[in-house]
Amino acid sequence: MTTIAANPADLRDDHHHDADHKPAFFARWFLSTNHKDIGTLYLIFAIFAGIIGGAISGLMRVELAEPGIQYLQTWASMMKGSGASLDESYHMWNVLITSHGLIMVFFMVMPAMIGGFGNWFVPIMIGAPDMAFPRMNNISFWLTFVAFIMLLGSCFMPGGTGLGAGTGWTVYAPLSTSGSPGPAVDMAIFSLHLAGAASILGAVNFIATILNMRAPGMTLHKMPLFVWSVLVTAFLLLLALPVLAAAITMLLVDRNFGGAFFDAAAGGDPVLYQHLFWFFGHPEVYIMILPGFGIVSHIISTFSRKPVFGYLGMAYAMVAIGAVGFIVWAHHMYTSGMSVNVKMYFTAATMVIAVPTGIKIFSWIATMWGGSISFRVPMVWAIGFIFMFTVGGVTGVVLANGGIDDVLHDTYYVVAHFHYVLSLGAVFGLFAGFYYWFPKMSGKHMNELLGHLHFWIFFIGVNVLFFPMHFLGNSGMPRRYPDYPEAYAYWNAIASQGYNIMAVGVLIFFVNVIWSLAAGRRAEDNPWGEGATTLEWTLSSPPPFHQFETLPTIK
Amino acid sequence: MKPTEGVGMPRSAEIDLQDQYSPTGKDAKWINDTFLNPMTFLISLFVLGLLLWVMIRFNKRANPTPSKTSHNTTIEIIWTLVPVIILVVIAVPSIRLIAAQYEPAPENAVTVKVTGYQWNWGYTYPDHGGFEVISNMLSDEEAVKRGEPKLLAVDNRMVVPAGVPIRIQTTAADVIHSFAVPSLWFKLDSVPGRLNEKQLIIEKPGVYYGQCSELCGARHAFMPIAVEALPQAQFEAWVRKQGGTVPTDAPAAPAAAAATPAVPATTPAPAAPAAQ
Repeated sequence: MTTIAANPADLRDDHHHDADHKPAFFARWFLSTNHKDIGTLYLIFAIFAGIIGGAISGLMRVELAEPGIQYLQTWASMMKGSGASLDESYHMWNVLITSHGLIMVFFMVMPAMIGGFGNWFVPIMIGAPDMAFPRMNNISFWLTFVAFIMLLGSCFMPGGTGLGAGTGWTVYAPLSTSGSPGPAVDMAIFSLHLAGAASILGAVNFIATILNMRAPGMTLHKMPLFVWSVLVTAFLLLLALPVLAAAITMLLVDRNFGGAFFDAAAGGDPVLYQHLFWFFGHPEVYIMILPGFGIVSHIISTFSRKPVFGYLGMAYAMVAIGAVGFIVWAHHMYTSGMSVNVKMYFTAATMVIAVPTGIKIFSWIATMWGGSISFRVPMVWAIGFIFMFTVGGVTGVVLANGGIDDVLHDTYYVVAHFHYVLSLGAVFGLFAGFYYWFPKMSGKHMNELLGHLHFWIFFIGVNVLFFPMHFLGNSGMPRRYPDYPEAYAYWNAIASQGYNIMAVGVLIFFVNVIWSLAAGRRAEDNPWGEGATTLEWTLSSPPPFHQFETLPTIK
Repeated sequence: MKPTEGVGMPRSAEIDLQDQYSPTGKDAKWINDTFLNPMTFLISLFVLGLLLWVMIRFNKRANPTPSKTSHNTTIEIIWTLVPVIILVVIAVPSIRLIAAQYEPAPENAVTVKVTGYQWNWGYTYPDHGGFEVISNMLSDEEAVKRGEPKLLAVDNRMVVPAGVPIRIQTTAADVIHSFAVPSLWFKLDSVPGRLNEKQLIIEKPGVYYGQCSELCGARHAFMPIAVEALPQAQFEAWVRKQGGTVPTDAPAAPAAAAATPAVPATTPAPAAPAAQ
């Protein structure tokens, strides 16, 4: 890991210097080229998108709390402005699951992890004044913003049976082509195009920044693990997203220009779309979790007051996860009718990923081993992350087995699995990073007590919410169902209670953020003590508008 | 045939997989119960135990001065190799299971062609004259009246013989559906333009419920599957009642052979209800 040049105070910029000259409001926030301001915009954006995506899951949990259709028809009528038929209501369910998935993936986790924390801390951690392409950075953000507006707008457009795109976030053909006439699906696809273009530009920016703008002495093998995680993520984005772009462009051609890529009647193949989608989709899940790995590594090391255990192993485990992540995609398609050899290959290849993931889990524990651990709020979230990600990881090994997946595929077991790695993995990583870096970004401490309260209530809530889904999946409840046989009522009712508990936790988080911004204690340059060794802690809190006019030297 | 409570259907507050009634299902459940589930528990508990231990032993009160250790090649090799060994132990039965699931059905197996429609299922019996049975979900009231679970009961079940190999072929007419019956460990997507095939053996006569398992539009949740496995003789009687033919009948009654050309002409109609 990094050790920092002689006197950190030398590296700090003077507050009254030109470096702190900020543009006026409009130029600063709408025409921004400053990586920290863009990072802040991304974080605010992700929080709003998260509120919408989370509210949608609240609607779903309310409807699923008991068997039968209780509210769906009322909501669909509200959307439509007049009485909605049952079919239109069922269609609205599909719109809810589609929007929840797309919002959480493309407009909450990715913007927060990469756009938010990546923009804020990658340049600082490598000792660079800004990103390599500041204007492109601005374009990335505003494309994401427009993409989100388009996705929300698509919910009010005709989408076949009812309003909105009801294709699932996977947009499988032919449901998304001949199965969904009307502009909603086109609009959702355009939204994905824009979000994808934004991410590709962002990835180019991060790769150029990390490879070219490291401070003197900061070799790749001295680079902080969060920067490693973003570098690997950026390569995954760069290689995976063009494939998604191609696949959804083919959908557009099939939908509007008489194409037949996925139309069996004209010689196309619906399963081809699934291959293309998951060639993107599987790396995408690592895109969402890898930056969390980086964040957690720093937090564990900081609050154990020990350097990260097995630094090189940690960095290359992420590289390995990223590389292997490209050759396991068809484990999402075990039931689509593949040959026996293909299924065996994807079973074996998928299980391989458990090895580098295990290295990471054990290295985090070894970092804590022998340490002097203080249980500050970020640390509590990071420890929660390790355990919850382990639970999500082992169920992933179960699902990796093609022969076992035959019964679990497309059931709530899968929903439980990916919410454990994302809602409890990636989101715990996000909260950990937020509590860790909030004092640096805002110059204010967050309230410790509220932070702990947030953690425990959220932790209990999400476990009550998602753990019963394993049971529902085991006993066969399929995903994406607005109604279910009575046998599934018991665990569904409990899961819906879990949502309520979780929502209270999130409420406490928002109270904490608002309270801290308004009245939080002033944060020192390094609020976390000697364990925090990366470059951001050598700067003031908040950092000057432009940092490192004189580049730091890394020994 | 009346379904048996708790057989071939989910049970309330259940945490485990449904009981299995096919040979590969029993194998698979055994692998899940013997290797995978214990593995998930042991690894989760092991990691939880380690975390609790370091939190107790190495918090700042118990251990005020942190060590500076950041490498230990031996332990790193161990925690790379041990997971590899665990995975190999899992992979051996798992790969064998996949091979068993792909055993093709013997030539004389009864073939049922399953077609997914928006939003019901069609079951065609090409070996029995090619008639098609259209299967729609029953209304809640009707299901209760017949003593069947709501949202799972259908008007016309997919009837098959018990105890003999069945060749299930799946396809779809509009969008992708997935033909899934949890208690038979069977799930195979119905893809337009493709014919997926898999062997199914149902060990015991009974009714086995399933649900469409690939998002197929508005009424995705409302096109359940009910498989009724009957003893061979009753199955044949059912086929004849549908206006189908039983292949073993043909050699015994050569006179009937002359009549066969007439059968296909009337085949699709009898079983299909007018409501669509």
